[in-house]
Amino acid sequence: MTATVRRVGTLAALLACAAAVLLPLIWILTTSFKTVADINAYPPSLLPRAFTTANYTGITDQLAFGRLLANTVIFAGGVTALALVFDSMAAYALARLDFRGRGLVLMAILATLMVPFQATLVPVYRLINELGLVNTYPGMILPRAADAFGIFLLRQFFLSIPRDLDSAARIDGAGEFRIFRSVVLPNAKPALLTLALFVFMNNWNDLLWPLVFTTDQDMRTLTAGLALLTGKFGVVDHGLVMAGSVISMAPLIVLFLLVQRRFIEGIATTGLK
Amino acid sequence: MRTSSAIAPVGKRYRAPAPLGGRRRPVGARRGRVATAFLLPAAVILLAFVGWPIVSVIGLSFTDASGLGQSSWVGLANYREIFGDDDIRISVVNTVGYTVMFTPVVVLLALGLALLMNSPRLPLRSALRTALFIPVVVSLGVVAIAWSYLLDPNIGLLDHWFNRVGLDLGNVLENPTWAMPAVAAVAVWKNVGFYMVIFLAGLQGIPRHLYEAARVDGAARWQSFRHITLPLLSNTTAFVLIIAGIAALQAFDQIYVMTAGGPYRKTTTIVMQIYESGFTDLRLGFASALSLLLLAATLILSGLQLVFFTRREKELG
Repeated sequence: MTATVRRVGTLAALLACAAAVLLPLIWILTTSFKTVADINAYPPSLLPRAFTTANYTGITDQLAFGRLLANTVIFAGGVTALALVFDSMAAYALARLDFRGRGLVLMAILATLMVPFQATLVPVYRLINELGLVNTYPGMILPRAADAFGIFLLRQFFLSIPRDLDSAARIDGAGEFRIFRSVVLPNAKPALLTLALFVFMNNWNDLLWPLVFTTDQDMRTLTAGLALLTGKFGVVDHGLVMAGSVISMAPLIVLFLLVQRRFIEGIATTGLK
Repeated sequence: MRTSSAIAPVGKRYRAPAPLGGRRRPVGARRGRVATAFLLPAAVILLAFVGWPIVSVIGLSFTDASGLGQSSWVGLANYREIFGDDDIRISVVNTVGYTVMFTPVVVLLALGLALLMNSPRLPLRSALRTALFIPVVVSLGVVAIAWSYLLDPNIGLLDHWFNRVGLDLGNVLENPTWAMPAVAAVAVWKNVGFYMVIFLAGLQGIPRHLYEAARVDGAARWQSFRHITLPLLSNTTAFVLIIAGIAALQAFDQIYVMTAGGPYRKTTTIVMQIYESGFTDLRLGFASALSLLLLAATLILSGLQLVFFTRREKELG
């Protein structure tokens, strides 16, 4: 009896927490369908009293929204693609090749894990600036095209792939690159997908990085563009901004719902973002 | 391990005949070249964009480098300014305040949620986990816009609900006392699901039979929590505390959007100040000194993390 009561209580508490956590996101969605009059009416309500899709058509006209979306896709997608290639190559060397100084190289790479990008933003900006890459995709993408977390994650995974598979390929005369591409990578799909998800998410969502490396409106990402839109004009069309927010958040929420097991297990096993 | 070394008696390899010894070198060199080729792209990127910048930021912090023109050596002037100028020092004080607010709250909430989520035969478990985790995958900079609207006294739903229960805070984000707790609360909302998942993994690692044995011995729920769950979860707790603390030191996104560091600089954190000094005022030298301060604080926490990391590695084998 008390066990049942406790279970119901636990469930009720968790449902209340989940509702509270989801409330702001639901409010963003409902507000994106509200009219200006409705948003400013007293008392404020969660659900739209008059339904409109004008905010969604309006946002595409303003802000060069399509351009922001394209920039975000290119930036987050570019970083993810390059980081997967470079991280997995480095991880292969560290997991599978015997060479002098391997331990040292691994230590050096792991040490960079401890450096927050915010602490090196000034010199990295100076470097990108000297290379003439501010306001360009390469300028935003290149500094993040490899990262210690990805190398470490993949190395751990590669170590768990049986060496017999390599040896078989090696007897068949395969070179290291072929073993890497056709033996190790196909067997590491779960780890590669996990890494791709995290890298993509972190870059899609980042604010400080695109703020620093782009000054041109046309090069902004969604997060930076929306943040600047609200700050700059003071009074803004709230419904419009919420429609933009929905569009910027929807891809990641959908992606997460599709592969949430991978996401959550990735965090549970590595404990890193 | 290679089969040959397992069969051959120890030491035999070193007295190998000359031709074999002669061949070993090129093989090793070739191996080195292959490894270099695999490592090169990542190594170049990490050296150029992490390694060199660390050296550079140290050097810059002793100069008056600006966006353009020459820079000259100014010794410790930047550091004196950080700790001497009230306007700047407040960013350090605020970052400590934010960290002290955010870290224990988010860790306790995450632990509480994980304990509830871990109760046996809980209905809707995966749906609840999904719901609690969703804020983790959305952009803090974007949801922060919605949070400032929700707290707005003119149109805000949350402000309205607060008023209804007799809580009249006025414009929270312009209130010097409440602005910082508000931006910290938004970060708690955003990250609690993330830390909860780590706690859940830790809880699932605790062998069930321990609880059964405790129940047979007549232990109350609180006693098994106190004597089984907490001690066996201490590694996870320490780990979560450290990474949450590191995350807190880097607070920027929601502050930039919600308060821009105000009111009266009450929410200006170190990273906000780095952004302002470095990229608005173009005082790169000064921003570098602030950056080193951030790096030092992070390294202290990361050093602790490394200890736990290796401990975890050892446990996992």
